[in-house]
Amino acid sequence: MTGAEILIDALKKEGVDVMFGYPGGVVIPIFDVLNRTREIRFILTRHEQGATHAADGYARATGKVGVCLVTSGPGATNTVTGIANAQLDSIPIVVISGQVRSPVIGTDAFQEADVVGLTRSICKHNYLVQNIEELPRIIKEAFHIASTGRPGPVSLDIPADIINASLKNYMYPKTVDLVGYKPTLKGNARQIERLAHAIANAKRPLLYTGGGIISSNASPELVKFINKTNIPVVITLMGLGSVPADHQLFLGMPGMHGRVAANYALMQCDLLVAVGTRFDDRVTGNLQTFAKQAIVAHVDIDPAEISKNVKTDIPVVGDAKNVLAELIQKVAARKPDEWNKTVNEWKTKHPLAYKQEKDGPIVPQYVIDRISHLMKDDAILVTDVGQHQMWSALFLRHRQPRSFLSSGGLGTMGFGLPAAMGAAMAFPKRQVIDISGDGSIQMNIQELATCAVNRIPVKIVVLNNGYLGMVRQWQQLFWKENYASTCLRQGPQCPPQCKGPGKKCKGVYWPDFVKVAEANGLLGLRAEKPSDVDKVLKQGFKTKGPVLMEFVVKSMENVYPMVPAGKSINEIITGDA
Amino acid sequence: MEDKHTIIITVANRVGVLARITGLLSARGYNIESIIAAPTENPDIYKVHLVVHGTDEKVEQVAKQLNKLVDTIKIQDISHKRNYIVREFILIKVNAGNARSEIFELVDVFRAKVVDVTKNHIIIDLSGPSHKIERFIELLRPYGIHEFVRSGKVAVSEN
Ligand SMILES: Cc1cc2nc3c(=O)[nH]c(=O)nc-3n(C[C@H](O)[C@H](O)[C@H](O)COP(=O)(O)OP(=O)(O)OC[C@H]3O[C@@H](n4cnc5c(N)ncnc54)[C@H](O)[C@@H]3O)c2cc1C
Ligand SMILES: Cc1ncc(C[n+]2csc(CCOP(=O)(O)OP(=O)(O)O)c2C)c(N)n1
Repeated sequence: MTGAEILIDALKKEGVDVMFGYPGGVVIPIFDVLNRTREIRFILTRHEQGATHAADGYARATGKVGVCLVTSGPGATNTVTGIANAQLDSIPIVVISGQVRSPVIGTDAFQEADVVGLTRSICKHNYLVQNIEELPRIIKEAFHIASTGRPGPVSLDIPADIINASLKNYMYPKTVDLVGYKPTLKGNARQIERLAHAIANAKRPLLYTGGGIISSNASPELVKFINKTNIPVVITLMGLGSVPADHQLFLGMPGMHGRVAANYALMQCDLLVAVGTRFDDRVTGNLQTFAKQAIVAHVDIDPAEISKNVKTDIPVVGDAKNVLAELIQKVAARKPDEWNKTVNEWKTKHPLAYKQEKDGPIVPQYVIDRISHLMKDDAILVTDVGQHQMWSALFLRHRQPRSFLSSGGLGTMGFGLPAAMGAAMAFPKRQVIDISGDGSIQMNIQELATCAVNRIPVKIVVLNNGYLGMVRQWQQLFWKENYASTCLRQGPQCPPQCKGPGKKCKGVYWPDFVKVAEANGLLGLRAEKPSDVDKVLKQGFKTKGPVLMEFVVKSMENVYPMVPAGKSINEIITGDA
Repeated sequence: MEDKHTIIITVANRVGVLARITGLLSARGYNIESIIAAPTENPDIYKVHLVVHGTDEKVEQVAKQLNKLVDTIKIQDISHKRNYIVREFILIKVNAGNARSEIFELVDVFRAKVVDVTKNHIIIDLSGPSHKIERFIELLRPYGIHEFVRSGKVAVSEN
């Protein structure tokens, strides 16, 4: 069998049913085999970055490894952002790239790029295949490493001569043998005992959970655990949906744009039980003051996360699902008490709110609120990066895990549309909605054609505020309203220190998103006043294929609550009315 | 407190493993004082000896990150351990001048070895614990050191 045939056979054995990517010279032999393979559907994206995010979205929605295939040189360099994005959010993808022939590696050959060098610091592991004999083993290892322990991206670079070489006795290995790689799954019994004990003694216990609950599919255990103990829970952007948003004990997302109750609880608790979360600076704010009164317990599969940012008193290295299941056995039931009362008061005192005036401009929160009411129960929501992302996190009523996909760690604008495509390919029967901003959507807008041609029925919502809103908000609050390069109308006609588009603004807005949608074969809809919102959403959701819905929203709306960077998380601008 | 830490990393002998280690250290902002990678009695296994500066907490964090590399089998920070024999090797070129006999005496005392003598200089080799090597350098300094090269530390446990 040739290298190309081995690769495709191995992918089938790994259960790959869809792949994303882009062809080029050195990988033609792989595409040649792929095109004769029934079991794997290949989606030609319009840019390799789109392919990586699509694989990533597929992985987030399913928990399986997402795969993409690209050519050498520019094909491979275009995947770099997507790989880094998957790395920071611990998402299992395998990125396969062709490489120039082995004998010419290192000679600046045509379309040569040092892929292992480029990706080394942004992936979980990478390979440059050296000979055909090791190809089967390496593919097996790549999938194993990507999907086990703390998941992450693996890059697999295969030189052209190996793609074309042949191997007589091909056998796809059943197991891997990696002496240096053995993730710890079962938590240390003594530490779990200590944790149970600490819970029994705590007066103000709090759970703080994140993406690790999603990746270990531990939602059922988490819900069971809080139901038994009545411990309130805060959930990071990456963990949203692991407990239904309307659960009594859910205090909301913590952090920079978190709920007031969630942040107050973090600052006041006397026991903080962190599970599958990494004390990111968007959550902790000023580390010197973060959760200072608390004994800190940390359950995480990655030993390097323990005490990385916040000193841990009770470390439990292991898989969240296993550890929670054991902990449920060990903890005593607890009744709601004073502490529950206190946190609930915070919750009612600082509700999430927005004001939509009947004749005013559409406010973005209103659109998201309406999406939440009109979407299907099992819809998958995908976001881009910016204000609309935070509003989506706050105002959507998250119902189940793996149904809110957002770029958290790298914060990659342009993630939304291709990731939504990946999710839609994984679940053709479910509604997939991409919520984007007018800045972000333009960063992978070429994938509209991919949706149309492949009939991928993504419902795209563009909240058009005319600005790179998240950055504009910072300029407004911390840079004296110097809206430098965040207005998407800014051109040669503008005065140097424009404070926002008043009556005198001569700027025009481009592009016309409805036309862009239509030019790409999508239905394009636009809403400009509040009374249009439901109409547009209903029509968009009812339409069979992909749709782009543009909502022209108030330009100067800000995301609140907000904790200024570097401040303690209780120094929060609540935005309460 | 910032301190020197000697770390031994046992790794699978795979392509690019040294680049992974140095890449990780530079990506996380650590300066490497010395690094040696060489084969061991087992051809599938290499040992990397690494000296870095940092507080105990910082070095512990970087050790954990190094341990996460798929090719890392084991990692030991031996800085605070007594049961290790640590050795370093130096080649040093000193001015011969008219103090030859004094230099030869020092060589004897330190059980170093003269490997080459020319009209202008003497080349000496010495291996031993780092503090011994440093003392040797200090004692030779007054005679005029042309150059020296040090190997960096290697270590083996006593048991
Ligand atoms: C503009 C912007 C604003 C943001 N604001 C906020 C904000 O206000 N609040 C907020 O929460 N986030 C915010 N984020 C996201 C933030 O940057 C981080 O991505 C996020 O907080 C990290 O989530 P996490 O701690 O759950 O960790 P993840 O990145 O999801 O990491 C998962 C953790 O779980 C562990 N793990 C993985 N698998 C398992 C397993 N099987 N068992 C046990 N452990 C496991 C991993 O080792 C890791 O420690 C924002 C992002 C952007 C772009
Ligand atoms: C690739 C990339 N470039 C730049 C940024 C910095 N950035 C973060 S949010 C943001 C503005 C996003 O604007 P838009 O998509 O219109 O969303 P809004 O904030 O207006 O909802 C920018 C530029 C980023 N996160 N990603």
